[in-house]
Amino acid sequence: MDWEVKIETKLKDGILDPQGKAVKTGLKSLGYENVESVHVGKYMELILDDIETEDKAEDMVIDMCEKLLANPVIEDYKYEITRMER
Amino acid sequence: MKAGVVTFPGSNCDQDVFHVLKNIMDIETEMIWHKDRNLNGFDLIVLPGGFSYGDYLRTGAIARFANIMDPVIEFANNGGFVLGICNGFQILLESDLLPGAMKINDNLKFVCKNIKLKVEDVNTPFTNQYEKNEIIDMPVAHGEGNYYIDQKRLDNLKRNNQIILSYKNEKENPNGSIENIAGICNKERNVFGLMPHPERCSEAVISPGRSDGYRMFASVISEINKRGDQVAR
Repeated sequence: MDWEVKIETKLKDGILDPQGKAVKTGLKSLGYENVESVHVGKYMELILDDIETEDKAEDMVIDMCEKLLANPVIEDYKYEITRMER
Repeated sequence: MKAGVVTFPGSNCDQDVFHVLKNIMDIETEMIWHKDRNLNGFDLIVLPGGFSYGDYLRTGAIARFANIMDPVIEFANNGGFVLGICNGFQILLESDLLPGAMKINDNLKFVCKNIKLKVEDVNTPFTNQYEKNEIIDMPVAHGEGNYYIDQKRLDNLKRNNQIILSYKNEKENPNGSIENIAGICNKERNVFGLMPHPERCSEAVISPGRSDGYRMFASVISEINKRGDQVAR
């Protein structure tokens, strides 16, 4: 079975995000006064081939996030796994 | 003694470090390719500055999985001296050889200028030729040098005197780094990472009147020679 994986990483809550802060300033200067905070993260899409179960795919995704895709010292990650029909 | 300088795809200070070690410090120095899987007979390994793997994903994140890094980590864990400069420092953080992580500079700018640093600790193989609290000059050139570490680990760094170099004060801090940290070592003190570039201020022709980088290389060479003498005796 093949799986489509969507992964998002962003700086952990409480860690000042310089990019988010700059984007917020930009939005405010465009007149969007209601913007309280902005966090800039990363978004990745993966396709995994030939894995029997969603649990196995999930284990692999967590492993990949912990080892490379996110830096657990400063970043949180979340993911979404869906089975591909093809 | 023999030093090695690792080249990753995107390293751009590797030749500068090689030049300083070989021609200025006059020690045997070899270039090491990132695909190599062995490190034999080295006393010092330098991970140089640059933009390894285009800084994709995070600075140093992909270089950390280059073939050469397993032997570098083993070398470090066995007490070998490892110096990480700028991108090299970022790679050491991603490799967990040093604690903490780098964020994008607070002002979102790539900073490239000379800066005043304070030598916080001289009881390391890399700073034994300086005076404690001495103010030195060194160039910085980076976009992601905003060092971050959580409070608990920061306390550990302080308790173990692992903060070796700091920006002179808030005003000199070019990137928003926590506690003005510019360079740290591991608990065992054989692995040292810093954002400034000692190789860019090690000879009169490039930085007239300033040899503050020279003394960093002289420190580690003197330490290695001292240990060599002890072994010989």
